[in-house]
Amino acid sequence: MKRAAIALLAGCLFGIGLTWSGMVDPQRVRGFLDILGKWDSTLAFVMAGAIVPMALAWVIQKRLRKPFADAHFSLPDTTKLDGRLAIGAILFGIGWGIGGLCPGPALSGLSLAPKGAGIFIAAMLAGMLLERALPRGN
Amino acid sequence: MTAAFPHAQSVDGFVGGLIIGIAAAVMLLALGRIAGVSGLTARATGIATGGASRSVAIAFVLGLPLGSLLTAQIAGGTAVHYPPSPVLLIIAGLLVGFGTRLGSGCTSGHGVCGLSRLSRRSMFATMLFVASGFVTVAAMRLGGLL
Repeated sequence: MKRAAIALLAGCLFGIGLTWSGMVDPQRVRGFLDILGKWDSTLAFVMAGAIVPMALAWVIQKRLRKPFADAHFSLPDTTKLDGRLAIGAILFGIGWGIGGLCPGPALSGLSLAPKGAGIFIAAMLAGMLLERALPRGN
Repeated sequence: MTAAFPHAQSVDGFVGGLIIGIAAAVMLLALGRIAGVSGLTARATGIATGGASRSVAIAFVLGLPLGSLLTAQIAGGTAVHYPPSPVLLIIAGLLVGFGTRLGSGCTSGHGVCGLSRLSRRSMFATMLFVASGFVTVAAMRLGGLL
């Protein structure tokens, strides 16, 4: 219950940040990717801003034995660069460019543009299910 | 068709980014997890199992539209311009869902959390999805879709 409350607060803050920064607007995100058009640099400032507290958080994390409200850290520890990672990132980038949407802003957008965000999210979940249906090789 | 942009919002962008980073820091330091929205969404919907507890994932995902609504209410509205074509939204959504699962993350997990951790995988993935986004939008512009 306590953990869910913290996660709700974190999600809410995340949504506030996405909205404040303008990243909930697909046109602005696509503007960042639009180097041949009227380039909009806002996304670079958002990334720079987000990395500051997170870089600090990683420094603190190294000194902690366990998180403040949970039993242990569960963090990715893979370092391998493989084809799955590369192909996944490239396909994601194509979709990101087409719609100007990635998962965070799309979910946040549910309360601002329910129809557009809803269609995108339904398709996104279908895409996730399709990926799950892939045979896991190697 | 050229979109009429207001000037890039560097200050609002940076401040919003700071808030996003603080939210991700809360997830890491309090709950020991990466604030990766694609992973948490898959977990919340039951598409992925294991990892974060499901209630944590659901709560985080519900917080996102709540935070947006709150901000828009206080700011007196937020302009969002979605692509009008449902077909484009569906193609984009399918690619984003499939790609983020195959590539183990999106802008939040690889971009915000991974880059700040100097993760090799995240730097590689971010470089690729940003490059592929640039190429995609450039192709759309050259093809007269924008």
